[in-house]
This record gives sequence, structure tokens and C-alpha cells, in this order.
Amino acid sequence: MKERRLPLLATIVVFALLWAGGGFAYDHFFTTRVLGNLLTDNAFIIIAGLGMTFVILSGGIDLSVGSMIGFVGIATASLVAHGWHPLAAVAVLLVLGFVLGAVMGWIIDAFEIQPFIVTLTAMFMLRGLCFVISLDSIPIKHPFVTAFSDLQIALPGDGWLSAPALVMLTMLVLAMVLAHLTRFGANVYAIGGDATSARLLGVPVRRTVVGVYALNGVFAVMAGATYAFYTSSGYPLAATGVEMDAIASVVIGGTLLTGGVGLVIGTVFGGLIQGLIQTIIIFDGSLDSWWIRIVIGGLLFVFIVLQKGITGSVTAFGSQAEGQR
Amino acid sequence: MTEQRTSEARTEAPGTAPASGQKGAGRPSAGQGGASSLQPERRGVPQFVWPILALATILVIVGLIEPAFFSIRIVEGRLYGSLIDIVYRGTPIMLIALGMAVVIGTRGIDLSVGSVVAIASAVMAHYIHEGMNPGLVIAISVAAGLACGLWNGFLVSALGIQPIIATLILMVAGRGMALMINGGRIPTFRSDFFSFISSGSIWVIPTRLFVVAGVAVILWAVLRRTAYGLFVESVGANPSAARLTGIATRTVTLGAYGIAGMCAALAGLIITGDTRSSDAVNVGMWSELDAILAVVLGGGSLNGGRIYLGTTLIGVLIIQSLTTSILMTGVPPEYNLVVKAVVILFVLLVQAPAARAYLSILFGRRRAP
Repeated sequence: MKERRLPLLATIVVFALLWAGGGFAYDHFFTTRVLGNLLTDNAFIIIAGLGMTFVILSGGIDLSVGSMIGFVGIATASLVAHGWHPLAAVAVLLVLGFVLGAVMGWIIDAFEIQPFIVTLTAMFMLRGLCFVISLDSIPIKHPFVTAFSDLQIALPGDGWLSAPALVMLTMLVLAMVLAHLTRFGANVYAIGGDATSARLLGVPVRRTVVGVYALNGVFAVMAGATYAFYTSSGYPLAATGVEMDAIASVVIGGTLLTGGVGLVIGTVFGGLIQGLIQTIIIFDGSLDSWWIRIVIGGLLFVFIVLQKGITGSVTAFGSQAEGQR
Repeated sequence: MTEQRTSEARTEAPGTAPASGQKGAGRPSAGQGGASSLQPERRGVPQFVWPILALATILVIVGLIEPAFFSIRIVEGRLYGSLIDIVYRGTPIMLIALGMAVVIGTRGIDLSVGSVVAIASAVMAHYIHEGMNPGLVIAISVAAGLACGLWNGFLVSALGIQPIIATLILMVAGRGMALMINGGRIPTFRSDFFSFISSGSIWVIPTRLFVVAGVAVILWAVLRRTAYGLFVESVGANPSAARLTGIATRTVTLGAYGIAGMCAALAGLIITGDTRSSDAVNVGMWSELDAILAVVLGGGSLNGGRIYLGTTLIGVLIIQSLTTSILMTGVPPEYNLVVKAVVILFVLLVQAPAARAYLSILFGRRRAP
């Protein structure tokens, strides 16, 4: 059990090495300002990744979060333009995200259609709804949004924690409590580890699956709201492909895509590592932007092989037992 | 081999309820009639009927709304009309989906095909600029696709990495590589040969249809006239059993991803030949999702074990005809994706064995349980 924590340890080590490497290579890198910006710029990806962690822990996948973030942005912007308070808009969207997630979970479990396919359909539908609402970018003008972007808590040094970073940290605490301290969290780990055994042990599989996707819907809406308030606008093509960034964060964070193994905190480091690579490439200035994707791809590879090496000993035992049966 | 396969095998253990969790879900009913637990399915309709029925229904509904939909005429020595348009525009996804069908047959998935399209496109533009012979350009681009596919196959079969994640690596990194080959620009070129392949026509039929037909026939021959297809399906149906019967499962899987890579490269050649430029960021964007959807609409299960080449092509036609007909029938274009998603969800639900079991319980009762 302990060696399964090794990927998380490796993630933290890589994060520290990147951080130190950046600090020694470039001036002004070792500042709380860079750290604060890192948290702010990657807040919405990490929030989406936190929800995705539950889905992946349960053995599923959700491709709809990128579209959901875009949809929340454009819907909030449109509602605010119609005189709604931004928080009221987000509240309505949270309910909607919860319901949509629950419906997806129900279809996945009741009709036995692959999560990949069901959430892919939802991804198309939500992106389509973005276009239905507006084809153009809509600015969000409201005192609350201005207050949101101005809110800052000073850190020692010249950095600060911004509102997106605070939302992200709040969601992190919520996710950790849900995953590690509640019965729901235990059930998620159980059905991700082995759905059949979990069912035989009396875990309510359907309720858990529905709950996982509903929860992810809520996290995706929160990510979308953070993104919308942070950019003060809604754009129908916003956040395309963020689902893959979120999945990559979860995987780099040491959660096994097969489900059942992983920690919520790892996702935060997975997201921060991706952000750190971008920061370093921007700091350097001479590196071309395509290196971001190539380096992230390379890191994904390293982490997966590492996980494979660590868990290989565990699963080799399992497959042997299966062979004998 | 991997913990995924182990756990899937466990889910199949005897005594598993039909509504098993998401992982092994629907496994026994991957092909025609999963009669093991869902009794009413036994007098099954052949699998290929459903996609054809779906396509026919869509076409008939559109035809009723807009009769001009079915008109086909010859303009400037080429066939024109909505139906031709659907097939014409569908060809890149058809090529990708054919390769995807083989990968999905091994219980795998390939998310990287969109990036492979971009890489092949960049390689092609690069060598056209070098003034290379078109035949060699094709060979090198397809070889690049093959190399990408073999890399994926190596990760999946030799390292035992889960297919979604193994191919996610190339999906993320591949576009970066294509950008690097292009030097961060969007190179344009002129090539009569590739224009002919991509947008020209032989007699009245678009040339690219011959490319798809050729690939489909070759794949059909490889899968159905050699033992390879059987090996792929047995690896997908039950990897452990396939290995125990002496099938070189790793080589079979490697080959499947190689095929998918080559198919994606060909799609890249056709798209790039048409646009005469290589846009590494956007070319083939989301084509992996369309291709996977086409395979699933064609009746292929993501749990592997079956390859349906013919119905996969019909799956592509369903997706493409939805796009075209939504535009034809005067639905505002911004509703395109929403309508598409709803129809696809409906087709998927109807095709789901569980849904059909519910339906026959409601209407049938011809077979008392």
C-alpha cells in the first residue's frame, strides 16, 4: 500500500526540481509572486482536475468538463447581461451541472454505455449550447466580478493569493474531505478498485457512480465560474481541450486511470507542474511554445512508466492468480 | 498484463449480474445478442441492421423535409449533390475510423490520431517544399504515421500501459512535434498531384473515394482473409485466453496501432492536399472523437473483440449526414452540435443491449424469463 504513494512522491520531487531549476536559471523566479501567479493561472484547471480525480478513481472518465467550463462562462455572461447577479447565475448553473452529471452517471450505469462515449456526447452537446447562447465573446460587467478580480491576500514577499486561487484551495479542502473522510469517498475507491467485489460487499454502485459524475459536474461548474470571473468574459470556444489537461493533471498527480488508487492532493501538483513548465518556458523567452506540449507529453510518459514500474509488482501477482483460475 | 485487463477479467466471472459496473459493462453483449444474461436478445437481429436503420431514418426524415437532398447531378465532369457531399467530406474520418475500428477491436483506443494527422501533414508539407517526388512523399508521411502508431503500440503492448493514457502522450506531444516540423508557421504549397488525390476526380467520381475504398478493401483482406483479424478479435475478447492459446498478443496489438497510425497519416494527406497548407494546431482537431464515435455507432464495443469495417463506415456517414442535413434543412448552424449530440445519444441508447432488453420486457414477453 505504501509503495502506491511513490508516484505522488515522485510528482512532488519533480515539482520541487522544476521549481529549483527555474529558480537557479532565471532571476526573479524564486518569488511568491511567481507562486501566486502559478496558483491563479492554473486554478480552473486544478478545480476541474479535482472533480476528474473522483471520476478517474471510480474507474471512469469525463470528457465534458472543457465544454462545461466554456458553457458556464458564456451562460454566466449572458445571464449577467440580462440583469442577473453573477452569484445567482452560478447557483443555477451549479444545480444544472449537478443534474447533468447525475444523468450522465445514470446513463453510464443503467444502460452500460462506456463513460468515454456518454461524456463525449455531453461534450458535444455543451459546446453546441455555447454556440446557441452566443457566437461572440460577451464581457461580464458587474461590480461583484470587479470585486472578485481585485480581491487579494498579500503573501510574504511581493506576491498575493488571488480570488481564483482561494476558490481553488477551498475546493481542494472540500475534495479531500469528501474523498478521504466520508463513506462516499470510500465507496468511490471501492468501485474503482473492483466494481464486482464492491457490489458484493454491499456498496451502492449506482448511487456512487451517479454521485461521482454529479460531483464532477459541480466541480466543472466551479471551474467554469472561476475562469469566467477571472477573465471577466464568456466565449463560446473557451477552454476547449481543458478536459485533457485535467486528465493529465490527475495522471501526473499519481492517480491510476484504472481507478481505485490515488490521492486528491496529487492532482494539485499535477496541475501545478504543467503550469510550471509553461512559466519556465515563458521566463526563458528563447524556447518556442511547442516545447510546452512536448515536455508535458514527455513528463506524462515518465510518470506512467514510473507508475507501471511501481504497481507492476502488485499487478503481476494479481494476474498470476488469475492465470491459475 | 495490466491491472485493467485483470480487473475486467474479474468482472466477467460467472455469477456477475448483467448490470455489472462500468468497467466490464456490456462485455458479454459486445456483438450480436449478448444472450448469456439478457434473455430477450437471443433471437437477435444481425448487428449491422441498426446502424443502417439509423442512417436510413435520418436520410428519409431529411428527404421529407427537403426533397432536393437526394438530387445528384454532374457539373464540370464531377458528381454533385448532398449525398455525394456527405461521402466526400466524410472520407478523412472514414480513413481514421477504419484504423480506429481495428484498435478498438483489441480492446484499445487511440486518442493520438488527430496529432498523427498533424504530424503527417507537416511531414508532407516539408518534403513537398524539398521538391521530393510525390510517391516518396506519400511513403515518408505514411511511414511517419506508422512510426507514431508503433510507438503507441509499444507503450500498450510492451509496457502494458492503458491505451487511453498511452495514446494521450502522443496526443499531447504530437501537435508540438508537428509545430516544430513546421517551424511554428503554416507552410503552404502547390502540388498538382496531391490536389488530384484530394479534390480531383477520376471519371465522375472523386479520387479520394478510391483511396478510402482501397484502404477498406486492403483492411478487409488483411482482417478477413488472413488469420490476423481473428487474432485481433480474440485479443480484444479475452487477452489471457488469447495468450494461452499461443497467439502473439503483443505483436497483434502492435500491428493494430500501426494500422491506425497509417490510416491517420493517409487522412492527413487527404486533408492537407485539399487545404494546400499544413496547420499543425488545427488540422484533424477532434477527429479522434469523431472516429471513435463512428466505430461505436457502427456497433463496435469499446470492450473489444469485434471489428466491423462496413458499419464503421456507416457510422461516419451517420455523423456526416447529420452535419450536412442540419445545414440543409435550415436549422440555424449554431444548433448543429446540439442536434447532433441528441441524435447520437438516441442512437446509442437504442443500440445499448440494456435498453433493448428493457424494451422487449415492455413490449414483448414472447420469451418468458
